Amino acid sequence: MNTKISHHIYGWLLVMPAVILMGTFTHLPSVTTLISSFFSNETKKRPSIFIGAENYEYMFEDPVFVEAVMNNLWYSLGTIIPSIILAIIMALFVNSKLPGKTLVRMAYFTPTILPMIAVSNLWLFFYTPDIGLLDQIGALFGLESHNWLGDTNTVLACIIVITIWKEAGFFMIFYLAALQNISPDLKEAAALEGSSKLYFFRRITFPLLMPITLFILINATLNSFKLVDHLFILTKGGPNNASNLILYYIYEVAFSFFDFSYAATITIFLLVILAIISLAQFVFFDKRIHYR
Amino acid sequence: MKDQIRIFSIETISSWFLGIIWISPLLYAFWAAFHPQEYSTNFDLTAPIVLDNFIEAWSYAPFSRYFLNTFLIVTFILLVQFVICTLAAYAFARFEFFGNKILFYLILIQLMVVPEVLIVENYKIMSQLNLVDSIIGVGLPYVASAFGIFLLRQTFKSVPKELEEAARVEGCKIFSILMRVYVPLAKPTYLAYGLVSVSYHWNNFLWPLVITNSVETRPLTVGLAIFGAPESGVNWSIISAGTLLSVSPLLLGFILFQRQFIQSFMYAGIK
Repeated sequence: MNTKISHHIYGWLLVMPAVILMGTFTHLPSVTTLISSFFSNETKKRPSIFIGAENYEYMFEDPVFVEAVMNNLWYSLGTIIPSIILAIIMALFVNSKLPGKTLVRMAYFTPTILPMIAVSNLWLFFYTPDIGLLDQIGALFGLESHNWLGDTNTVLACIIVITIWKEAGFFMIFYLAALQNISPDLKEAAALEGSSKLYFFRRITFPLLMPITLFILINATLNSFKLVDHLFILTKGGPNNASNLILYYIYEVAFSFFDFSYAATITIFLLVILAIISLAQFVFFDKRIHYR
Repeated sequence: MKDQIRIFSIETISSWFLGIIWISPLLYAFWAAFHPQEYSTNFDLTAPIVLDNFIEAWSYAPFSRYFLNTFLIVTFILLVQFVICTLAAYAFARFEFFGNKILFYLILIQLMVVPEVLIVENYKIMSQLNLVDSIIGVGLPYVASAFGIFLLRQTFKSVPKELEEAARVEGCKIFSILMRVYVPLAKPTYLAYGLVSVSYHWNNFLWPLVITNSVETRPLTVGLAIFGAPESGVNWSIISAGTLLSVSPLLLGFILFQRQFIQSFMYAGIK
């Protein structure tokens, strides 16, 4: 009995610092975000008053917000699938008997440890009109110079390419871990049967990679709503909001337009999206556990 | 047999090709940074190698101060994370206390609601705490890390209970059991988590951008963004040099301890 009570006390004492800090910087601000989304913005002239769902009505009619959401959907689609496919290819490469394997693996993985801001500086060179690498290569084939980041049609694709480049190597290591868990016996058996490499991949490797793909899929989706650092250097959401994404727009509304209430409203929208994705993770992973 | 060799070589060539594409932005930065400006878009192998761009970058922006700030932020976060996450993870792994399950789920929420998403309200909280534009303000939202607690809890749970009982028989109190039994056995987890945390916070940008506004607190990433902005009028060779300077410690660490880095990210991700 005595030890049981002490267990409660010790348990609570041990978690206390974490609970206080996390409460202050995760749970409390989540709740206050929700509250301030129902209030008008406080200015020097006017105090903040309760306005119900007005901020939300405004949000769904705000063309910039709608554009940012649509961009974000394209950004998610455009980054998730290619980076997963590339990650599988990279992992297969690095997992095979390859001369210079360590160097190749390093090349794939290096973008992961570079800050997005530095990465953007490096990529600026590729996209700059005339003297940038893309235009220099294009000129070899007689193509005209193009302002890649200044054109509403190409800017989002440019941003997507950078994100793919940054993430593929990171996802590769999870596939690598999964590949290394595949028993060599299977490979031997397949070799004895004389099945082709492609067949082996389709029937053995790929199905065995499915659980980790699900895990990566969800993480990639979450990331596509959080990775916006490169916009600060390359486009600032422009031109004409063609590369604006939800989180970047929150930053703009809050710290350029100083409309904290409206920023809170968009934050709630983003939190709902993140919650739905995480919930999907929960459901899927529960299922996976049941299969075992 | 012949067929196999051919396939093998196509694989090799394409994997190397992809590798070269992948590393080319970095290679280009090296080229631009180590050559005079007139060669920055002109790939002449006979171009002289110079260090002027680094010297100029260093004089354009207070890089030494930014380095110090990043170092302080990363160290502060890592040390406090270790302490707080260790204590909480120990509680969740070995103590049946009132509300432990609900509390654990509440903590896991942070895996989804990362501090970046809450920049607006966290900024308000920091200004109430008078911590805007301080190193502590940059670090504080991250020190109670759900990821760290989760990772360490998994590790602590795998420690055989007999070890703890043996230590208790010898008269060890709770705190010394933690320090003498659990922490030493979790060394690989600390290493993996530490590497992931250091790389994350060395590279972090959005929250530091929001919360800092002076040279005394600004980390490298924020300094680099100001320095590299097109409005600043600084040319490419110097931007490349500045960029390489700011990533060099991490890059060097990665090249030297490649295996540990990759294994840590793998380990931390899969747990």
